[in-house]
Amino acid sequence: MSQPVTLPKWVDLALAPALNVATAFAISALVVLAIGENPVAALRALVAGSLGSWEGLGFTLYYATNFIFTGLAVALAYRAGLFNIGGEGQAYVAGLGAALVCLHLDFLPAILLIPAGIAGAAAFGAAWALLPAWLQARRGSHIVITTIMFNWLATTLLAYLLVNVLREPQSMQPETRVFVPAAKVPQLHDMAAGLGLKLPATPLNLSFFLALVCAGLVWLLLWRTRLGYEIRTVGISPTAAQYAGISNARIIMIAMALSGALCGGLAVNEIMGVQNRLLLEFTSGYGFVGIAVALMGRAHPVGVVLAALLFGMLYQGGTELAFDQPKITRDMIVVIQGLVVLFAGALEGVFRKPLARLFSPRPAATTT
Amino acid sequence: MNEAIDSLAFILASGIRLGAPLLLACLAGLWSERSGVVDIGLEGKMLAAAFAAAAAASVTGSAWLGLGAGVGASLAFALVHGYASIDQRGNQIVSGTAVNMIAVGLTALLGAAWFGQGGRTPPLEGAARFQPIEWPGVAALADVPLLGPVYRSLISGHDILIYLALIAVPATAFVLYRTRFGLRLRAVGENPAAVDTAGISVRALRYGGVAICGVLCGLAGTYLSVAQAAGFLPQMTAGKGFIALAALVFAKWRPGAALATCLLFGVLDAVAIRLQGVALPGVGQVPVQAIQALPYLLTVVLLAGFIGRAIPPAASGVPYVKER
Repeated sequence: MSQPVTLPKWVDLALAPALNVATAFAISALVVLAIGENPVAALRALVAGSLGSWEGLGFTLYYATNFIFTGLAVALAYRAGLFNIGGEGQAYVAGLGAALVCLHLDFLPAILLIPAGIAGAAAFGAAWALLPAWLQARRGSHIVITTIMFNWLATTLLAYLLVNVLREPQSMQPETRVFVPAAKVPQLHDMAAGLGLKLPATPLNLSFFLALVCAGLVWLLLWRTRLGYEIRTVGISPTAAQYAGISNARIIMIAMALSGALCGGLAVNEIMGVQNRLLLEFTSGYGFVGIAVALMGRAHPVGVVLAALLFGMLYQGGTELAFDQPKITRDMIVVIQGLVVLFAGALEGVFRKPLARLFSPRPAATTT
Repeated sequence: MNEAIDSLAFILASGIRLGAPLLLACLAGLWSERSGVVDIGLEGKMLAAAFAAAAAASVTGSAWLGLGAGVGASLAFALVHGYASIDQRGNQIVSGTAVNMIAVGLTALLGAAWFGQGGRTPPLEGAARFQPIEWPGVAALADVPLLGPVYRSLISGHDILIYLALIAVPATAFVLYRTRFGLRLRAVGENPAAVDTAGISVRALRYGGVAICGVLCGLAGTYLSVAQAAGFLPQMTAGKGFIALAALVFAKWRPGAALATCLLFGVLDAVAIRLQGVALPGVGQVPVQAIQALPYLLTVVLLAGFIGRAIPPAASGVPYVKER
C-alpha cells in the first residue's frame, strides 16, 4: 500500500492528468446542470466566445499572458519544493514598481522606458517574494503562511499608497495619473494597423511574447543550467542537496526571487499594456489562477503555456457565456479553477491506483 | 468619565462581536492542525457556511435551520479536504487553496442563480436571524457606575453564537488536555507513528479533528451572515479566515491564547473602524490600513522568531504513511 505506484510513462504523463482534469470539468458540468442550464450549450458558447472571432482570440491570449507569467512563477517555486501562494501580492507590488518607473522616468523614450518599467516590475515582485524566502531560509518560518500574510500586507500597503500618496490631488479615484504614451507596451491591433492590417481592438499586447520568451527561459534555466539542476535537486530532496554541497537557503531565495519577478509580468501586462496607470486590485485574482495553471501544467513550462491558454479561454469564454446565459455568471470560472486545483493537485493520485491495476496486472513479480 | 467608560465599553463590545468569528475559525484551525492536518481553507469553509446558512434561513425563516445548513456545508468541505489530505495523502496546502476557490465561486454562482440579486441572499428579519440576548437586570444596573455599562455592553446583549464561541474555548481546552481523545489527537499531530504503534487509528483521529474543524467553521460562517449581518454578500468573509489562521499561529496553537489573540484582533478592527478619519492628538490621522495590517505584520514577525517562537505541531502537513 505504501509502495509508490509505478505506471507506464505515457499513462503517468498524459492519461492520469487528463483524467483528473476531465473529472474537474465533468463536475463543473454538473454544477451547470444544477442551476438549470444546459452544459453542452454552455460549452459551445464558451468555445465560440473565446476562439470564434479575432476579438475573442485576442482577449483569450491577453488573459493567457497573465496566466503564463503567474503559472511559471508557481511552477518555478514548486520545482524548488516551495509553494508560492503569494503570486497575487507579488504581482500587486510589482505593479507599484512598474508605476514608479513609468511616472518618474517619463522623460525616457519608449525604447528605454518600457524595459525600465519591466525591470521595475520584476525587481519589486522579486523583492516582495524575497522577504518570505529569507524568513523561511534563515529564520525557519513557513513560506506558505508568510506569503499569505504578504498578500494581505500588499493589499493594505497599496491601498494606503493609492489613497494617500500616489493619488492625483484633484482626483477622487484611488489611482495614479495616466502614464506618458511612451510607457505603453504596444498593443497588437495598433501594430497591425501600422502594417496596414485591420484587427479588432483587444488588450492583447507584446507582453504575450515576453511571456512566451519567459517560458523558454524557465525551461532553459531548469533543465539546461547548473542553477536549474540545483533548484530541482533541492525540490526533490533538500537533504541530498545539502549533502551534495548545495546551499538550500541560497536556492530557496533565488527560486523565490525569480518566482516573484515572473509575477511582475502580470503587472507589465495589466499596468503597462492595458491600464496605463496603477489602480486598486488590478490583479483581480489572476495571481491565484497561476496555482491552477502550474498544477495542471505539471510545473513544466510547456504544460504551463497550454494550461494558461485553456484558462485564457475560460476567462474570455466565461465572459461571453455570462452575456449569453445570464444564470451562469463569471463565478463559474472560479469554480472550475478550484475544481482543477482540487483534482489536478490535491487529488492527483486518485486515479493512479485503479490505473496501475489496469496497466500492470502483476507488479509484485517484477518489483520484489 | 462616564462617557469615556461608555465608549470604551462600546469599543470592547464591538471587539467581541468582530473577534467572535475569528475565534470560532481559529479554534477550528486549532483542531485540524493539532491532529496533523494543515488547513488554509478556513476562509472557504466560512464563506460556504455563511452562504448556506443565509440561504436556508431566508427560505425557511428559521435561524436555527440556517445554522444547520451552514454547519452542513462547512462540514462537507472539511470532509473533502480530509479525504484529500488523509486518504489520498495529497498536498494539504493545495487542497485548502482549492476549497477556498470553490467556495468563492460556488457561493456567488449559486447565489446569483437562486436569488437573482447579484449573489446576495434576501435580507433576513426576525426569527430568521440570531438576535441579541438581553440578560436580566440590565435596566436595574443601568445607573450603577462602571458595572452598569460593562454589564450592559460586554456581558449582556450578544447573540447565542457569541456565547457559543466563548464556551468553545474552555470546551476545546478541556477536551484537548483532559480527555483521552484529546491526548490521542495531540499525539497524532506530533508523532502519528507512535499512535499507530499503540494500535489507535491515525485516520479516525485525523478525520475527527477535521470534522470538528468543519463544525466550528460552520458556526463562524453562520455568525457572519445570520447574526452579524442580515444576509449573505459575495466574498463577505473578506480575509477573516486568513486572520484566524494568523491568530492561530500567533496563539501558538493553544486555546487560551487563541481567545486572547482573537479578542485583540477584534478590538484592533473595532478601533480601526472607530478611528476612520479621526485625528489623534500628537499623532495625527492614523491610516486605517496601518491598523488593518497589524495582525498580518505581527504574525510575520512572530513566525520569524523575533518575539518568541511559534512551533506548529510536528506532524502537521505531513501525510501519514504506514510503515511496512
